[in-house]
Amino acid sequence: MASTSTAIPFDAPEFTFASKQRGLWGQAWQRLLRNRLALAAGCILGVFILMAVLTSFSTTIERYSPETVNYSEINKGPSSAHFFGTDNLGRDNWSRAWEGMRISLKIGFGTQIVVLIIGIGVGAGAALGGRWSDNVLMRFTDLTYAFPDLLAIIMLRAVLTGRSWPIIGGGDPQIPGLSGILLQMIAAIAFVSWVTIARLVRGQMLSLKESDYVLAARSMGASTRRIVFSHMLPNTLGPVIVAVTFGIPLAIFAEAVLGFIGFSLQPPAASLGTLINDGYAYYRVNQWMLLVPTVGIAMLMLSFTFLGDGLRDAIDPRTRR
Amino acid sequence: MGPYILRRILTLIPLLFAVATLTFFLMHAVPGGPFQGDKALPPELLARMNAKYGLNQNIGVQYVQFLEHLVRGDLGISYQTQNSVISTIKQGAPATLQLGLCAFAFAIVLGLVLGVLSAVNQNGLFDYIGVFVATIGAAIPSFVVALLLILVFALKFHWFDVIGWTFGSPKTMVLPIVSLGLLPAAYIARITRASMLEVLRQDYIRTARAKGLDTFRVVRGHAVRNALVPVLTVAGPIFAGLITGSFIIEYTFAIPGIGTAFVTAVSLRDYGMIMGTVLLYAFAIAIANMVVDVSYGVVDPRIRY
Repeated sequence: MASTSTAIPFDAPEFTFASKQRGLWGQAWQRLLRNRLALAAGCILGVFILMAVLTSFSTTIERYSPETVNYSEINKGPSSAHFFGTDNLGRDNWSRAWEGMRISLKIGFGTQIVVLIIGIGVGAGAALGGRWSDNVLMRFTDLTYAFPDLLAIIMLRAVLTGRSWPIIGGGDPQIPGLSGILLQMIAAIAFVSWVTIARLVRGQMLSLKESDYVLAARSMGASTRRIVFSHMLPNTLGPVIVAVTFGIPLAIFAEAVLGFIGFSLQPPAASLGTLINDGYAYYRVNQWMLLVPTVGIAMLMLSFTFLGDGLRDAIDPRTRR
Repeated sequence: MGPYILRRILTLIPLLFAVATLTFFLMHAVPGGPFQGDKALPPELLARMNAKYGLNQNIGVQYVQFLEHLVRGDLGISYQTQNSVISTIKQGAPATLQLGLCAFAFAIVLGLVLGVLSAVNQNGLFDYIGVFVATIGAAIPSFVVALLLILVFALKFHWFDVIGWTFGSPKTMVLPIVSLGLLPAAYIARITRASMLEVLRQDYIRTARAKGLDTFRVVRGHAVRNALVPVLTVAGPIFAGLITGSFIIEYTFAIPGIGTAFVTAVSLRDYGMIMGTVLLYAFAIAIANMVVDVSYGVVDPRIRY
């Protein structure tokens, strides 16, 4: 009879994936790392943010107080004592520039945080809440699109200022590092910019609502809450992140414009916009006062734009140009 | 197309009404009244002034009165100058609209030329120059551009005037137009380049080349027109941005337009002037959006209304 022998498997090599499997965000991260321009922009932004934070904590890095006036060192050019020179009151341009950068960044990020909260809330509400809420949002969107942005910001700023609000009022800051007037600017700018995010989220959610995997999740008995939070929200996040990256420089820009015409923070606090305005007043005697914040704001804008482009390509490869 | 335009004009009315309402309540929410300046008036005088202009009444009553006047085309008077708002705006509006339209034309022309040339010479020298200009232009705020242009071309070379605006005189017009139009030009150049590159890859372009057309004819006759639709989509928002962004240029070049009028009106709480300028801006933007929507059909005959 046939001898009973156990089957011996071939000496097959263990099967391995050619590459490590990555999720949606892992892939996006890899694509972003391959984009050298976006990577460089991200690094520059990282340095800016790091320096802006460090200078507020360490006097060794800040070197001088941005508000200390020194009349014996007026309008000096760059030197080893003052890296970027001094301004018309002998204040150190290095520390002034980082203070301006910090305030501009606060405004950029602060605005987008408010915009995210309102935009996602309203957008999702409009998409999921039925016809009535959708109509209200769309009419409101029409209105804000018809209303000139900068004019609305100026008016809102005038409405908010000079009152004793709980958090965004005048006087000492109730949230450390965010004075009332800064929060007023953030609120005014956020009020005109949330519509973009809301529309984006609404559009994404409306199309996701009809998608197959949402249908599949629903047919498997997932609750609405679960579908919205673990299936739909993460999938709207990509375009939202990109929109936020482009929204930050727009907010910084809007604040700079208002700072330039004197509608923003009050001196001695200074954003990059107010620094440029100051610099313009003294360009004949001291070019450094104008040059430093101008280069700063230009680099900030460029970095956010390149990073935004890179993120868009990385997160949504279909829109790659 | 006629009925479409008519319908768009009719939707303008509720839109302007909504803008007026929002503006009315916003500006009345600004702390202080038009007669509370740096120097405090005696209380009885203040009360008489407020009574004269009906500012002592309930806000709802004021709103109804405002609407009655608005329907009759009466925006009241400016509290500061005592002139009628309409006549004040008539003085400032031409400069603002001229500046906005010229900058818009400049942005479209420069943006399209840069974008098309970059796309046709993709990765060539011209492409790099075009992309470089577009990138720099997109990164520098308009008022910084204005300052740099003033420093170089007005103060150093004396080619242009530092301030003012006279329509038809290049000495005063070039710098404001360039500084206002550079950023949108950069934006349009980016979009045109991307859309041209897309179109140039199409089969009908290859067909056109195959039948022996030279590059210029291919680009002009076949590519540009098809590449225009994405550019048109952003043209409306760009115009809106230009017309509202113009106040910063007006401020920098001391141009007496309505942007300057608006900024002073807000800080002085001059209600009539605020309302007038906002309504004019909203009207101009709405008309521009309408023109853009209508021109879709002209550029792309497949789009019908």
